Amino acid sequence: MDLTSLHEENIQVITVQEQRIDAAVALAFKDRMRELTEGGARTVVLDLDHVSFIDSSGLGAIVAAMKNLSPDRRLVLAGLTVAVEKVFRLTRMDSVFGLYSTVDDALKALRG
Amino acid sequence: MTEKSESGFFDVRISDATLAVRDALREVLANLQPLALSDDEVGTIELVLAEALNNIVEHAFGADDKPGEIRIRCSRRKDGLHFAIIDDGLAMPDNKTPQASAPDVNVKMTALPEGGFGWFLIHTLATDIRYARVGQTNHLNLRVTCGG
Repeated sequence: MDLTSLHEENIQVITVQEQRIDAAVALAFKDRMRELTEGGARTVVLDLDHVSFIDSSGLGAIVAAMKNLSPDRRLVLAGLTVAVEKVFRLTRMDSVFGLYSTVDDALKALRG
Repeated sequence: MTEKSESGFFDVRISDATLAVRDALREVLANLQPLALSDDEVGTIELVLAEALNNIVEHAFGADDKPGEIRIRCSRRKDGLHFAIIDDGLAMPDNKTPQASAPDVNVKMTALPEGGFGWFLIHTLATDIRYARVGQTNHLNLRVTCGG
């Protein structure tokens, strides 16, 4: 699972460099997220700009990643494409995550 | 592998592996290209079929290593695309599709559901959902409204 990570002060930005978070990669995604976020920033921004398809397994993996960071740290999402946003909306998971249209928007808001 | 279906539109066969689901979806979408569906319609079909196929791979075939086959048959009618998904894996529990209710997200973070969205999405995005056990095979029929 190709994820890249950048740190800036108290924020870590993880970018998914693949087009799909589906059943085939859900476990790998969860594992890689755990490795990348270990002992890191309080806030993690997950950049989904390159992701054009997500299924319920992928959604579950993102929820798992957020739970893994809680309660002291949090995961917010940025750059949701139309199809990805739809899955979050239909399952009402859009009410659980902080959502930002772009990573820049997220950083601006989170830097305060 | 795609075949021209006699009664329908097309017929795709895959093995029972998670990665085969990706191939199947790619093949189905390629077959649908001539219909010039909207991105939203294509997204809906891809998601519904992904959920149905993932369930089959995980539950109908997940328990043993016996190789299985899944067929996706598509026919085109005035009221949309009709999909029949047929596999020779284990039957659904109680011979019916699982509950379609939405997982509760108004809970503490630690209690948030990580699964159970699949059938909810299928029921939300597709209609005329019917399941039957026929001999040693599962038949899941559903319809996606599209094409205008």
